[in-house]
Amino acid sequence: MIYINGTASISPQPTFEKQGFLKEIVEYTTNRLLCIEPDYENILSPTELRRLSRVLKMGWGAAKTCLDDASVSTPGAIITGTGRGCYRETQKFIFSMYENDETLLSPTPFIQSSHGSIAAQIAMMTGCRDYNMTYAHRGFSFESALMDAMMLLGERQLKSVLVGGVDEIGEKQFRTFDRIGHWKAPDANNLKLLEYNSGGTIAGEGSTFFLLQNIPNQNTYAQIKSVHTFSNPSGIREITKQVERFLHQQALEINDIDLVLFGLNGDRRFDNIYYKLMASAFSSSGQAYYKHLCGEYHTSTAFALWLAAKILIRQHVPQIIRLNNRKTKTINHVLIYNHYRDVNHSFILVSEK
Amino acid sequence: MNQISNPALQGGEIQQSRVFITGMGIVSVIGMDVETTLDSLVSSKTGLGQIRLLDTRLKEKLIAGEIPYTDEELLQMAGIDKVPGISRATLLGMIAAKQAVRNSDFENDEKLQTGLISGTTAESMTSIEKYLPDFLSNDSRNEYIDSQDWGFSTEIIAKSLGINGFMTTINTACSSASNAIMLGARMIRQGRLDRAITGGTDALSKVMLNGFNSLMIVDPEPCKPFDDKRNGLNIGEGAAFFVLESEQVADKGKIIAEITGYGNANDAHHLTALSPDGKGALLAMKNALESCNLNPGDINYLNVHGTGTLNNDLSEAIAIEKLFGKTPPVFSSTKPFTGHTLGSSGAVEAVISILALQYNLVFPNLNFSTPMHEVQVRPETSLVKNLELLHVMSNSLGFGGNNTSLIFSKVES
Repeated sequence: MIYINGTASISPQPTFEKQGFLKEIVEYTTNRLLCIEPDYENILSPTELRRLSRVLKMGWGAAKTCLDDASVSTPGAIITGTGRGCYRETQKFIFSMYENDETLLSPTPFIQSSHGSIAAQIAMMTGCRDYNMTYAHRGFSFESALMDAMMLLGERQLKSVLVGGVDEIGEKQFRTFDRIGHWKAPDANNLKLLEYNSGGTIAGEGSTFFLLQNIPNQNTYAQIKSVHTFSNPSGIREITKQVERFLHQQALEINDIDLVLFGLNGDRRFDNIYYKLMASAFSSSGQAYYKHLCGEYHTSTAFALWLAAKILIRQHVPQIIRLNNRKTKTINHVLIYNHYRDVNHSFILVSEK
Repeated sequence: MNQISNPALQGGEIQQSRVFITGMGIVSVIGMDVETTLDSLVSSKTGLGQIRLLDTRLKEKLIAGEIPYTDEELLQMAGIDKVPGISRATLLGMIAAKQAVRNSDFENDEKLQTGLISGTTAESMTSIEKYLPDFLSNDSRNEYIDSQDWGFSTEIIAKSLGINGFMTTINTACSSASNAIMLGARMIRQGRLDRAITGGTDALSKVMLNGFNSLMIVDPEPCKPFDDKRNGLNIGEGAAFFVLESEQVADKGKIIAEITGYGNANDAHHLTALSPDGKGALLAMKNALESCNLNPGDINYLNVHGTGTLNNDLSEAIAIEKLFGKTPPVFSSTKPFTGHTLGSSGAVEAVISILALQYNLVFPNLNFSTPMHEVQVRPETSLVKNLELLHVMSNSLGFGGNNTSLIFSKVES
């Protein structure tokens, strides 16, 4: 069994504070949801505060808080998923190349531009010299990291694995993707995300970490049962088959799932897949969504997993994420189903500890 | 299904499969297929030279391992119609992956789980660095906007191979492809995949040339790995892919080698420099040996990362001395042939290591003349033909202190 024994999330909502669980919700009226970042002064030296890029700070901020939550100082291994990694630094470097005609360039943005920098920075800060990995594959980035973490805990006698999903939405990147219709026009209100019946979604970002261990303890939130990814399914029938097989391998049926967290993002070109499943395979399940809180980004499922862990430990589904009012006596199993632009589809199954 | 749960933790023993290589493909400046690559290696023919295709001011100053074909020519070699947003790295990867698949000639069985795992660190940088200003100001390059991420190339390669199952992309800088190969091997070993097509790709870009140049670790002359007067690395480009198969699936007649060991460790020292004590490289090699219960003395040839930078080679040499003592295995860096192909170097050098194993050859570490003053070890400088190789190790040491060692072994026929 694999247990979530610590977690922390930096997101566009006040999720970073341990107290409360989505009690206050931030409303956004623009399409770019930025994280509410903590005060890093307590966890970074003045030099680090000055030198580290924003995404490295976000990565370390959530990683460190997650480790503290689990009372672990050095994890056994570090695995991150990040779709766009430190792309803002890459852009910075490219523009400096243009501006300086390829001469006398400062190496700093280049040094911080690799996707692997986030996990490397955490390794340096925690002194973890063991396994260190970074997945960078769009809507599979966090799922791959989670899968690797679960494999690793089965293969080796590691005490723990720190796994996280980190992405930021830079201003340039936001504008670029606006050009090809990724975001809503005109700007949407995140709390009305599903009311527009139009193409496009809202951009988001986040940094969410989990400390996974083989043994439960008093801080255990939930168990991670399984994760599965697949690409370009032919239609609803294939997705239904995939989910049935996925659950069957855990000796579960669709009816055993108390709550499904759907990756609905308000883009009518892609949301139909969810709506069809909500009306068919999952018609009798509790239904919820989360991207109105965090926006759309490659590793949004890390935020969804954080939600699932909190829901399971508190046995409470906040009203703000509910799509229907089906309630069960206890919440035993939560399924996260997300797809990124109907290409990267994934299931994550989380169960009560 | 690529179901990931933990049978080992549910009381059952994992039935571990051996991992066989049944096909490989490679493109780099020393050859656009396995045979030509071998010819170049045997005849000490380096590919380093003038930069002709990439539009960069640095071509007056620096040499590189640039593949002498335009993107249009590569598109023809890949045998596909133009895909919107496709980049040079994707084309290189596709050519190498298709070679590997052709080489393996496996039977496509719908019931088998086939995955694609790629390692890349620059991916579509060649188009990003050209079109970024357009992305922000006009619609002329919109087809490249959605390809400015690292999974794009893997998805296009998967499509060209007809793979819809498990796929992912790793970016751990210069150890990316080694890590991709390691993941493929682990997934087969655990029975999560029957077959993995895995390797990596990277194309020569202005960003990488300028980036390494800004760190002042590029040698304007051909690199001299492990030489006392080494002065930096040369950047190359290339791709290499493998078909890995479980013992249940592999056609015994097509087995080229076995992946027996792998290990990854982190230096936890600096975002770009390796630790002076070689700790990360040492741990990676140790972990790889432990993973297959081999002793240092069992390794017959070591293909070192050996970039030719002051920092890399000293750190790696110290790690080699710590692990192997006074009698290290024959070792060489083959980067003076290909240049440092960055994210794909682990796969390119895995092909070279397996060629060594297959033909009992050790390829020379070119351009070496003066031993490093800090250490005793020195690389092999000529082509060695009289060694029986059973186990070879390949090192990849990346930015972020990300170090990976792979062990390939001969399979008794």
